[in-house]
Amino acid sequence: MSAAAIALTTIVAIVALGTTVGFVAGARVKMDLEQWTVGGRGFGVVLVFLLMAGEVYTTFAFLGASGWAYSRGGPTLYVLAYLTLAYVVSFFVLPQLWELGRRHGLQTQSDFFRMRYGNRWLAGFVCIVGIASFVPYLQLQITGIGIIASVASYGDIGRTPAMAVAVALLVAFVFASGVRAVAWVSVVKDALMVFAAIAIGIGVPLMHFGGTRAMFAALVHTHAAHLTMPGATANLGHGWFISTVLLTSFGFYMWPHAFGATFTARSADTLRRNAVVMPLYTLTLAFIFFAGFAAVLIVPGLANGDLAMLTVVRQSFPPWFLGVVGGAGALTAMVPASIFILTAATLFAKNLYRPLFAPTMSDQGVARLARATVVVMGLISLGLAIYSSTTLVSLLLTGYAGVTQFFPGVLLGLYSRRVTAPAVFAGMIVGVVTAVFLMLTHHDPLFGVSAGFLALCLNFLVTISTMLLTRRPT
Amino acid sequence: MPDPEGAPPARRPALVAVALALIPLTAMCFTVPLWDRIDPMPLGLPFNLFWLICWIVLTPLLMWGAYRIEARRHRPDGSDP
Repeated sequence: MSAAAIALTTIVAIVALGTTVGFVAGARVKMDLEQWTVGGRGFGVVLVFLLMAGEVYTTFAFLGASGWAYSRGGPTLYVLAYLTLAYVVSFFVLPQLWELGRRHGLQTQSDFFRMRYGNRWLAGFVCIVGIASFVPYLQLQITGIGIIASVASYGDIGRTPAMAVAVALLVAFVFASGVRAVAWVSVVKDALMVFAAIAIGIGVPLMHFGGTRAMFAALVHTHAAHLTMPGATANLGHGWFISTVLLTSFGFYMWPHAFGATFTARSADTLRRNAVVMPLYTLTLAFIFFAGFAAVLIVPGLANGDLAMLTVVRQSFPPWFLGVVGGAGALTAMVPASIFILTAATLFAKNLYRPLFAPTMSDQGVARLARATVVVMGLISLGLAIYSSTTLVSLLLTGYAGVTQFFPGVLLGLYSRRVTAPAVFAGMIVGVVTAVFLMLTHHDPLFGVSAGFLALCLNFLVTISTMLLTRRPT
Repeated sequence: MPDPEGAPPARRPALVAVALALIPLTAMCFTVPLWDRIDPMPLGLPFNLFWLICWIVLTPLLMWGAYRIEARRHRPDGSDP
């Protein structure tokens, strides 16, 4: 068998194994809307951990972070900071949210806004911004699968057919099984990913330099500036670091799927414990960084940094191991992508279409429409992945600039009695418009500060001043 | 269904828990100009990478403290604010 055949066979076997686990988990439970979206609200610490880790450690962590470590250098360290601090922030948001969710039967993020602010236009706007922010994030995952297939096949398989097959599989998978399946596939995916990350992070420096210490010594010798900020970039300095870490750690649980995963938990205490232990999972990423930095010396001059890790693996390990890494990477893209599609479909059917166009639709009808939407979402993201070329990190940050605009409405909604629908609505519109404008006109970062963060500041400012102006006289 | 009074907001966290959470936020984010450098290189890692890895490990310890405080406040009365 040729090297490409061995690698590809291994990848297919791993994806098949992961998908089977998902189907089996889904088949045991009868699916209604509540089961499909929030798993019957009965997940304990372990399943919630797996679900949340499953949706957090995406292709972005696997290929995107190493890709930026390779092409940008120091600024990539923001990933280690934000993934840790996001859990710290979540400690003060998710358990409180869960309490409200249980009391009011909430299933989605839009449900929260509808319940808390009693305004269906605000709830609809939240849906639209959420679904739109998913697009770049989904595109990121599908692009990742394309990269894996083309590197693992030594260039024999084009990206487009690989992405098309992945999307078809993804849609079938989500269609059949819902959120419970996704949590169980995460078990396979996370075990493989941690194994692969540690093996690569330790193995690559060892084989090429005799160890991590020697590898960094060599890097300091030849590429010292690459290791600190702004690294290989012109404008990603300390101001960018601080603003991006704040933007992304506040925004982390504002992603509609992460927000919705809250409601799968059995208790508020489950979420509190999760917030305490989850940062340790970020250690895996440190190993991925080792590989990305090693690639600077081993495979210099790649046009696309996102290829760096897999190219190094292909050069250093036997084909079956490239297959294991590729398979882990493919599941790492597919698990989150299924969650995104699942969430976006539920939001569209339950929170946008039914309340605005078909108020009499039954829950079964909503579930059917949600499944149809899954197919449409899959096709849209495939189309975008084929026709666009941006780095994986940039795609992620674009989505973050959108979803973080929910943060003021959520935080104040939980902790302030006085905040009103017009205040949150005004702030959110200003935030979203600012973020979109700055990004479309290529002003990100602006004066060395992340555009999404500037939009978030304006959002807070407008929300609070409107809140003070529209306060009901008592 | 819209709730005329608005949902009752959640109970505010204990100040000590918030203070504990501010420690990693300060260490990993605001102080970046102080630790974003290569030397010294403990364990052979650039200092900025080493610093962040240390705080990934220290953060759960601090948040465990915050958990003890919050869990105690929420348990006795069935946790409804």
